[in-house]
Amino acid sequence: MMRTLFSFPGGVKPDPNKEASARAFIASAPLPERLVLPLKQSAGVAPLPCVRVGERVKKGQIIAVAEAWISVSLHAPTSGKVTDIGAHPLAHPSGLPAPAIVIEADGEDAWRERQPLDWQGLAPREVQCYLQQSGVVGLGGAVFPSHAKLGGDTPTEELIINGAECEPYITCDDRLMRERADEIISGVALLRDLTGARQCLIAVENNKPEAIRALRGAIGKHREDFVVVTLPARYPAGSLRQLIYALTGKHAPVNVLPAALGVQCFNVATVHSIWRAVAHGEPVVRRVVTVSGNVRAPKNWEAPIGMSMNALLQLSEPLDDTDGLIVGGPMMGLSLPLTNAPITKGSNCLIARSPRLFPPRPPESPCIRCTACAQACPQGLQPFELYWWSRARNFDRAAEHALAECIECGCCAYVCPAAIPLVHYFRFAKGELAAAARERQMADGARDRFEFRQFRAEREKAEKQAKTAAAKQAAVMSAAAAPSEKPAPTPPSEP
Amino acid sequence: MPTPSSPHLREANSISRIMRLVCAALFPGIVVYSALIGPAVLAQIVLASVAALFFEAVMLKLRAMPIRRFLGDYSALVTAWLIALTFPPLSPWWLTVTGVFFAIVVAKHLYGGLGQNPFNPAMIAFAACIIAFPALMSEWPAQGLMLPFEQQLEIIFGFAPRIDALTAATPLDVIKTALKNNALRAGNIQELLMSQNLYGTFAGRGWEWVTMTYLCGGAFLLAMGVITWHVPFAFITSMAAISALCWLFDPGRFSDPLFHLFSGGAMLGAFFIATDPVSGCATPRGRLIFGVGAGILAYLIRVFGVFPDGIAFAVLIMNICAPLIDRYTQPTVFGRRANGRRS
Ligand code: SF4
Ligand code: SF4
Repeated sequence: MMRTLFSFPGGVKPDPNKEASARAFIASAPLPERLVLPLKQSAGVAPLPCVRVGERVKKGQIIAVAEAWISVSLHAPTSGKVTDIGAHPLAHPSGLPAPAIVIEADGEDAWRERQPLDWQGLAPREVQCYLQQSGVVGLGGAVFPSHAKLGGDTPTEELIINGAECEPYITCDDRLMRERADEIISGVALLRDLTGARQCLIAVENNKPEAIRALRGAIGKHREDFVVVTLPARYPAGSLRQLIYALTGKHAPVNVLPAALGVQCFNVATVHSIWRAVAHGEPVVRRVVTVSGNVRAPKNWEAPIGMSMNALLQLSEPLDDTDGLIVGGPMMGLSLPLTNAPITKGSNCLIARSPRLFPPRPPESPCIRCTACAQACPQGLQPFELYWWSRARNFDRAAEHALAECIECGCCAYVCPAAIPLVHYFRFAKGELAAAARERQMADGARDRFEFRQFRAEREKAEKQAKTAAAKQAAVMSAAAAPSEKPAPTPPSEP
Repeated sequence: MPTPSSPHLREANSISRIMRLVCAALFPGIVVYSALIGPAVLAQIVLASVAALFFEAVMLKLRAMPIRRFLGDYSALVTAWLIALTFPPLSPWWLTVTGVFFAIVVAKHLYGGLGQNPFNPAMIAFAACIIAFPALMSEWPAQGLMLPFEQQLEIIFGFAPRIDALTAATPLDVIKTALKNNALRAGNIQELLMSQNLYGTFAGRGWEWVTMTYLCGGAFLLAMGVITWHVPFAFITSMAAISALCWLFDPGRFSDPLFHLFSGGAMLGAFFIATDPVSGCATPRGRLIFGVGAGILAYLIRVFGVFPDGIAFAVLIMNICAPLIDRYTQPTVFGRRANGRRS
């Protein structure tokens, strides 16, 4: 079926480099002996551990429980013993350790009792809570708790399923759509019922014909009216705001959630995990990870959460000149040294780096205002202005040029002939603005406290004077009758 | 080692590549130009290039910047070539070198170097020299004058006397003078131009062949994505429009749009000078305004002003306005556009 698509501005077409890893079936990674599960794996609040060191756990058992609405529970990816609850290094540029639960696998991989949810008879709110307890988050990389997206005030018009997968190298969603289209379509039907969406659109870039065929086949089998929309391959077609615009013509500034426009958007892998949770009682304990780049056997691995990145990389046999990892895609991912940090729910791709595949960026030259960056920016920004003001440390001017609307997609830095690491400047500027805002807030708080203290001191002084005066008067009145009262001591002022 | 920031991929593009493409786009124009005027053009190109690289190296050294890397961006070469192509081809060597000095040292490096100059360096050179040496800057070789190479070199390097007979007014000058003296009657203008013809048919002295190749070079830059269509389009349309207006008003006094577009530096200006990204506008709408302004001003200056051509001053005036224009033409951010509107 042909749909007219809206065309978002800018975008770039990097070499997709997807064939190598898209050829092979998803393989199951062997169970490692030790799993490290960082508590905070989603946007929002980290869950609270509910197991003790030394406790035996079953696969799928909750080991940390959701603490707030924007928070999901964490589960044991295999059966074994909790050996540590403490700080462990994460896949983060700072390399700072963060709280995690460590599980020593017992090799049995024994599930706790799994019970499918009879969702058809339940209120949406109950299904939402179930998803929260199943640890479902956006697996496309944003890791926003899925249950929290549902149940807004605006009725959902379009349900968009994101299978665009526009970043180079990544093929985990492609393989998932090819191999598990059935479950994905069941999941879409579930979400359609939950949201009451009028229309379900599954967006796939046109460089994945097999996935499109598989989805259409599954839709036919399920007799659904979902539409698979073929997007022209252009990065970042799968980015939330660009995707919504392409399909619906609706615009959303960064501070407006799609739900407010009547749009709900889920990644295909998320939909799959929702279906596994509801229909099979399996919480999110594994995910498909593309391992590609400078490796002999590029492949998609279904790996347990908590597996060491290096161990997973070794499965695909990295070549000798591998000098690091890119976690996520080459456009938005993190570059790290080879690391034993664990796979988390958001890790969709590991790329082995080599100087040949990813030559270091040449030293930056001055900006010549060629506007290549502005022409490439899918958010319609003027990156060279943002750069100019960020570099001049005039962050307020950068904010005036809508720095907040930058989605850090990297298109600008990809095309910049001066090789300026623009996104780096923008992150820095955003960080400085956030710090300034925090400081302002704290200063406001301090000023409020100070003013309140002054106010109270004055009030107390006035009260004291009044009291003294009253006491004096009383003393005068009953001069002979009673010994004069001492004025009450001033209470110590609070800090 | 600090881990590099995303994105980890980069398009194979560089300032050096852009500047080399600009040089390549100028090349056919240079060939045709020197075929028409003689090897003096090439001599000027070499002279300006050497001077530009020298001044650039000295300034980089003084500013303690990596010389090799910044010389390798070819931006000085582009400036040099534009100077060589806009100055009269038989200018004495020191005039060209002075021009290059103004461009590289004053207009570029004293303002902070590549990317910081508010004015187009080549046009600063032209403006400075035409104010300082108006006579020399108006000495264009007389029609049909094809001197042997040695003699051209001798003139440039000052070993031969600069005889007045060598030079003549350009077609633009001829028409302007006639306009001033009110000597033109309807029909005269074509005759006058014909008398100036060497190879050409409508822009005098075969000059249209040179401008035509500049046009082709400009199309090449457009196709390669080095420049956007906004400035050339706006420049050419506005110049055509205002010249057509004047021409229709009094064809006897004003020459037709074709003449204006293909004479003087119009095409060079539209595609190679007004498109300078550093000193120009950066928003799409801003570039349209910049082009319209430059086109109209260039026409007014070349027809009513005292200088032989108006491109340089037109571009410099628009350079002054560029930051203001940019400020008021910021495009709407994607997410804040009206729903359902196509971007
Ligand atoms: S692409 Fe680079 S050089 Fe060109 S305007 Fe943007 S930041 Fe400046
Ligand atoms: S990183 Fe930001 S400024 Fe650069 S192209 Fe993407 S949205 Fe635009």
